[in-house]
Amino acid sequence: MPALIATIPIPRDLPLPLPVPEWLLVVCLVVFFLVHILFVNLMVGGSVFVVVAEWMGLKNKRWDALAHEIAQTVTVNKSLAVVMGIGPLLCINLLYTIQWYSANALTGHAWLLIIPLVIVAFLLTYLHKYTWDTWAKGRKKTLHQAIGITAMLLFFFIPVIFLANVNLMLFPSEWEKVRGFFSSLCIGNVLPRYLHFMAASIAMTGLFLAGYFGRKNADISHLDDFTCPELRRLFYKVCAYVTLGQFALGPLVLFTLPSDGITTQVYVIIFSGAAVGLLTLWLLFGELRRDDTRIGSRYWPIAALFSIVVFGMGSGRHVYREAALAGHKAAIKNRTERYAAALADFNKNLAAAPAPAGQSAEQLFMNCAVCHAPNVKLVGPPLTEIAQIYAGNPEGIVTWAKAPGKKRPELPQMPPFNHLGEASLRKIAELMLEKGATSK
Amino acid sequence: MDFPSFYLDHLAGGRLIIGLIASLHVLINHPLAVGAYPLLTWMEWWAHKNNRPDVDHLAYRITFVVFIVTTTVGAMTGVGIWLSTSLFAPFAIGSLLRVFFWGWFLEWLVFISEVALILWWFLSWKKADKPEKKRKHIKIGVALSIMSWLTMALIVAVLGFMMKPGEWNQTRAFWDAMTNPLYLPQLGFRTFFAVMTGAVFLWFSSFFFTKKKGALNPDPRRLREWIIYRLSHVVLISLLGTYAFGTWYWNAVPETMKANSSVALLTQEFMSWHRQFQTLLGWTLIAFLMVGVGGLDRSSMIPRWALLIPTVLSIWLIGHFERAREFMRKPWVIGEYMYSNGVHKDELAFLQSEGLLKHATYVKHREITESNKVECGQDIFMLACSRCHSTTGLNGVIEKLTAMYGPDKPWDSAGMQLFIKGMHQTRTFMPPFPGTDAEAGALVAYLQQLRTHPQTLPGAQSAGIVIAPEALKPSKIADSQPTL
Ligand code: HEC
Ligand code: HEC
Repeated sequence: MPALIATIPIPRDLPLPLPVPEWLLVVCLVVFFLVHILFVNLMVGGSVFVVVAEWMGLKNKRWDALAHEIAQTVTVNKSLAVVMGIGPLLCINLLYTIQWYSANALTGHAWLLIIPLVIVAFLLTYLHKYTWDTWAKGRKKTLHQAIGITAMLLFFFIPVIFLANVNLMLFPSEWEKVRGFFSSLCIGNVLPRYLHFMAASIAMTGLFLAGYFGRKNADISHLDDFTCPELRRLFYKVCAYVTLGQFALGPLVLFTLPSDGITTQVYVIIFSGAAVGLLTLWLLFGELRRDDTRIGSRYWPIAALFSIVVFGMGSGRHVYREAALAGHKAAIKNRTERYAAALADFNKNLAAAPAPAGQSAEQLFMNCAVCHAPNVKLVGPPLTEIAQIYAGNPEGIVTWAKAPGKKRPELPQMPPFNHLGEASLRKIAELMLEKGATSK
Repeated sequence: MDFPSFYLDHLAGGRLIIGLIASLHVLINHPLAVGAYPLLTWMEWWAHKNNRPDVDHLAYRITFVVFIVTTTVGAMTGVGIWLSTSLFAPFAIGSLLRVFFWGWFLEWLVFISEVALILWWFLSWKKADKPEKKRKHIKIGVALSIMSWLTMALIVAVLGFMMKPGEWNQTRAFWDAMTNPLYLPQLGFRTFFAVMTGAVFLWFSSFFFTKKKGALNPDPRRLREWIIYRLSHVVLISLLGTYAFGTWYWNAVPETMKANSSVALLTQEFMSWHRQFQTLLGWTLIAFLMVGVGGLDRSSMIPRWALLIPTVLSIWLIGHFERAREFMRKPWVIGEYMYSNGVHKDELAFLQSEGLLKHATYVKHREITESNKVECGQDIFMLACSRCHSTTGLNGVIEKLTAMYGPDKPWDSAGMQLFIKGMHQTRTFMPPFPGTDAEAGALVAYLQQLRTHPQTLPGAQSAGIVIAPEALKPSKIADSQPTL
């Protein structure tokens, strides 16, 4: 089956050991990634809430004030999303060096675009936040809304690039088909994963805001017409219904996953996570039925359960990745070892071979032959010309070669050859003069 | 060799992009973070001590600008250096991460604290309305200043040990980098430079915030004079530091270069760079000196545009400085361990004897024949040259070859092949050619073709990848089957 080998690239890994034990990196990857994705969720979901509430605010001012308040959280969460992204990036670079960088390169244009797109999105969120009170009416308000929407759309798009990479790295057998970023989206199940992620963003932001507005020292005096319990109920509701929806999207992701990495273990982890999810949902709907004085008293248990669910999904994801790439990793390891062995053999023989006696004048002269031919001008003047200038003066050639000057305006600069050493240059010079004299 | 080659042909392969991102990052990070935070903290403290709400408010408004820029462009260009290097030199960044993991990790922790502190400092500024709260707030500013300086100090060390010959004991390498003769002068130079440019940035922005009277700004003229007078002191003092450390650096470089490189890197290019650095440093300092002395006069003698002159010069200077750091590393990407094109020092002889094509992953052919010569040459160019040269664009090989061999006569293929075989000897900043004679021949065939039919070379990000079957002895194929 040589055709199979041809389609699955088996590169060599970097010949350096991991700096920390693999299991530690795995733990770090899963945990750091979840922290990162939480802030990303809050940034993306927050931008949606801001846009929706600002739009509702056109009819009723109280929503506008709420939108402004949420906008304050987005700009903080976005900064944390960026810094917290560095840790998991560090881990994934180390654990999946070959797969990750290959996916990056294959989607290179989009990958590079991340930088300007994020910068623009961030600047727009600031502009949106800080012009809230000054661009409050008429045309200016429309512009203001347009800015919010643009930032939101950018926040919608940027995760697609990361998702494309996270997805593509899993399927080396498909790499050969990829022609740029957009074609990479046809591989695996990017769309269901994206929807799952977006829903999680809304749900997580709902949960976050329910806690944010319900916290003990929350000051909502400037949000007239809203009460704390009311806001809490509102955001709980968003969280609850969207999470309910995840019970449709989650299975969609699972069943559209290419079978490469599906193992019983993956199923067990994911379904246990889903079971905890059901429990969480039950608690959430229970909260919604409570009256205003008691709503929110189960906030922390709910948040804790959510963390367990998310941790379960994150681990399931990792187990799938490991299973999907197990064969590829093994093949890479095999090839890397075979190469290292061949290399070591070669270098051993090389070291054992008798050291070449100092290079002969002819060999040394090869350094110069590239540019100096006996009697035609190549890059530099011909040897005949040199022999005329330096007849009986090899030392002059040595001096020149160590630090060449600039004489002939029509020729490029000659590079210095100080590194060959005095003795070698001397040999060269003598040979040069000899050749120059004989090739008239 | 084992990663699909991302390549932007017209932009010197893409190196230019990394360079731009990195320079932008340094240009923001030095004046606005490392330089401005301590100065703004000092303004806040002074205002608190002398009960000058107008000074406090001015500091707040400048901090606003700093906050916006550092948390957007500043942060993302920092991450961007990494993202773009992953594309362009994955072999290098991948190896560096394995070797200097703890350095990067530590860097990350400091960076987290820096971001958290700037958010906290700026967003709680106006909430600190009582003296005890204000005192606490000022402490946040102090912590922020320390952290942002520490980030820089760590980065400089990380960059420093990239130049160190391969010593894999990383803690040792880390300390070695810090005790490298260039580390202290470089760090001192950057620190004072940051404060000096930071002061000019504050000065410049204060023009915009001292135009109109306001409740918190009853006497804009007095405020402007106050700040200009003090900032010119800062400029003059940090100028002395920049001069002292810049000179120390200038004197230390040649020695270090000699000690660090097996081949004499003191080529003409380098020497001319070295002299340019001195000249630029001189002019930049003179420009700052004039501005600083002018500001001492208490009058608003210095117009706003005049501040742009030292600023532009300093951008130039720092760009030059960063480029030199890159240059000094050549032909290595990791000193004495890995060449710029990803070839390891210890595999060079092996590849020269066995061939690049045989061991690469993403190539079209393993055996060179008369009919596939040019295609093979293209792959070889991609593997061996593309990390530094474009084909026909910036720093293009064709342009370089034309300068060598002339535009109007045929190029001698045998001569070119000789040049390629000896390219490290003639141009020490280029790595040795990592392939066989036949491969050098194929490369020449490709270059000749490129000369007559100029064509850009697409990278894996648009053309995708091709994988030739691994060249194995038939008996071995069976056990190399990947079990997927
Ligand atoms: C990259 C091409 C190149 C290589 C390699 C090269 N040279 Fe030259 N050489 C030149 C050029 C170009 C000139 C003309 C410089 C000028 O006149 O400005 C030159 C000029 C000279 C001259 C004449 C100087 C004079 O006074 O007119 C000598 C002698 C010389 N080279 C010696 C050497 C030696 C010895 C070597 C090998 C160790 C060498 N060159 C390698 C390009 C080269
Ligand atoms: C480490 C980066 C690097 C690599 C890899 C590299 N070069 Fe160069 N090369 C340079 C630099 C830098 C210059 C000098 C540019 C200048 O002088 O403006 C140069 C110059 C040249 C020149 C002109 C030499 C002269 O004397 O003027 C040629 C020809 C050339 N390179 C060909 C190649 C070929 C072919 C390859 C691949 C086998 C290659 N280079 C790989 C960095 C590199």
